[in-house]
Amino acid sequence: MLRHLFLIPFCLATLFPALWVVKMAFRAEQAFATDLNPLPVEFSLQNFETLMSDPLFGRQLLNSLLVATLTTLLGVFLACTAAYAFSRFRFPGRRAGLMFLLVTQMFPGTMMTIPLYSLMESLGLLNQMAGLILVYSTTAIPFCIYMLKGYFDTIPRELEESAIMDGAGPFTLFWRIILPLSRPAIAVTALFSFMTAWNEYILAATFMSDERAYTLPVKVQSFVGDYTTEWGHFAAGALIVSVPVMALFFALQKHLVGGLTAGSVKG
Amino acid sequence: MAHVELFHIAKRYENGFEAVSEVTLFIERGEFIVLVGPSGCGKTTTLRMIAGLESISSGELRMAGKRVNEVPPRERDVAMVFQSYALYPHMTVRENMAFGLQLRKVPEPEIRKRVDAAAQSLGLTELLDRRPKEMSGGQRQRVAMGRAIVRQAGIFLFDEPLSNLDAKLRGQMRIEVSRLHRAQGATSIYVTHDQVEAMTLADRIVLMKQGRVQQIGAPLDLYDRPVNLFVATFLGSPPMNILSAERVGEQLVGEGFRLAARAGLQTPGASVRLGVRPEHLVVETKRPEGELPVGWLPAVVDVVEPLGAETHLICRVGTQSVTARADGAVFVRPGESLALRVAPEHVHVFDPETEVRCG
Repeated sequence: MLRHLFLIPFCLATLFPALWVVKMAFRAEQAFATDLNPLPVEFSLQNFETLMSDPLFGRQLLNSLLVATLTTLLGVFLACTAAYAFSRFRFPGRRAGLMFLLVTQMFPGTMMTIPLYSLMESLGLLNQMAGLILVYSTTAIPFCIYMLKGYFDTIPRELEESAIMDGAGPFTLFWRIILPLSRPAIAVTALFSFMTAWNEYILAATFMSDERAYTLPVKVQSFVGDYTTEWGHFAAGALIVSVPVMALFFALQKHLVGGLTAGSVKG
Repeated sequence: MAHVELFHIAKRYENGFEAVSEVTLFIERGEFIVLVGPSGCGKTTTLRMIAGLESISSGELRMAGKRVNEVPPRERDVAMVFQSYALYPHMTVRENMAFGLQLRKVPEPEIRKRVDAAAQSLGLTELLDRRPKEMSGGQRQRVAMGRAIVRQAGIFLFDEPLSNLDAKLRGQMRIEVSRLHRAQGATSIYVTHDQVEAMTLADRIVLMKQGRVQQIGAPLDLYDRPVNLFVATFLGSPPMNILSAERVGEQLVGEGFRLAARAGLQTPGASVRLGVRPEHLVVETKRPEGELPVGWLPAVVDVVEPLGAETHLICRVGTQSVTARADGAVFVRPGESLALRVAPEHVHVFDPETEVRCG
């Protein structure tokens, strides 16, 4: 009971801004809500209609989906194969490699903005989806590798040896034994990659100057101007951005539960 | 079925540690070989080298007459049962058993037939659609065996397959392994640290210690004629009693006892170590007065362990502890004085320096 006394105020504090955004999204005006009541007082879809009727919005939504999906696929694929190698093989440079991956995580992403910009520029990847995908997957991969390596390490080696005795080559082993067993970890890393790419603002805003190349976070931020801010559109856009992530989260929820390896070896 | 030959097989690690040294062994077709020894003796490493999971540092391994040192595991004609069973948790029992056959491109109807037959013989038919985590330890153990059986490999390898089971189930499965071996007739190599499994299952035992083979032979050969102190004390429960003694002419003299030396016994020096199995000590509850006859040991009962069918008497002979295996109906109390009698042919004599058997 005491625990709940703490948790309830914490939940309310967390939900408060989110509810406020919901409230503003469903109001038919652009002004900032000034009262403290976070519950919606009116229900109007006007903001959403305006957003949807924006001829560029569909394209920007597609941009975001494309960037996030491809980042996830590329990132998870590369992270799985790399993490497996780090987990199972002993090769020169393994320790250095792992250390290097960790070091890359120590620098704040924003520090990389300018060098990445000049890199993208010289590669001709500004305003290109491929540029963002490349940057996002490379920034997500180190974390994903650590995550997956940690999980692969927990898969008993005897399982693989058993498969080897059954006649499995390295590819079969990876594809039919390791990957199916790693579903919870892969789900988590996929979700992480997707969310990173989907929500990222700073790099997207830096690299994408052409409005047709905007991703949703850039689009949403564009409603905040120096002199006027369209809070209603901003809030509606924010809701549209969060829905796919939530949907993905719910879809992957059952895979997030671990324990798939239970019962393989005597526990 | 295939015969397996190991010629001077050794395993050395990069840090110079030699886990297995100079193992030479010829395994007949259909033979049941048990590698046994304390942990770290190299028995599992030897098995893994035969499986192909571990590289062979030197020596030659042959299967059916062909060198297989460099042949990958899947191309060797071997199936293996792991200590942890290593069942694939995301597959049902049927899928677990079929996996190896699918990878070998065995036609689907044939797979079905073999899996059904194996399941039948192991009593797993009802469980074919279950996943490993929905089964008990004993059932998982059966699946692990089934997975090896369906492969119809010529050589079966077992890596301590029963050590994760409780004592009762272990006894049952031991009988099952023996029955399966008779039915399948495959050459089997079985690793265990359990001397009961070794004694009951093996056609021949290979007893190892610190990477070296100590003795190879039929279970009763090792039991009756151990080549050194290690083999003598490893096999048998309770273990063989070891006593210090001096050789004086044709007698072996210890603390308060004299034993007749076997005719023609050669000992390197005066001092020897004697080995007597607990069942070869006959308990004389009435100790004669005065000096004991040759072959009699004066003993004081320390602990009495009645097991029903038999009773173990842990006694003190001088300063040394000796266990005698007596009839279940023997009635003695701790502190009682009695005598233990042993026939000369049941006394094993070992060199105290090299620990090797004398004569």
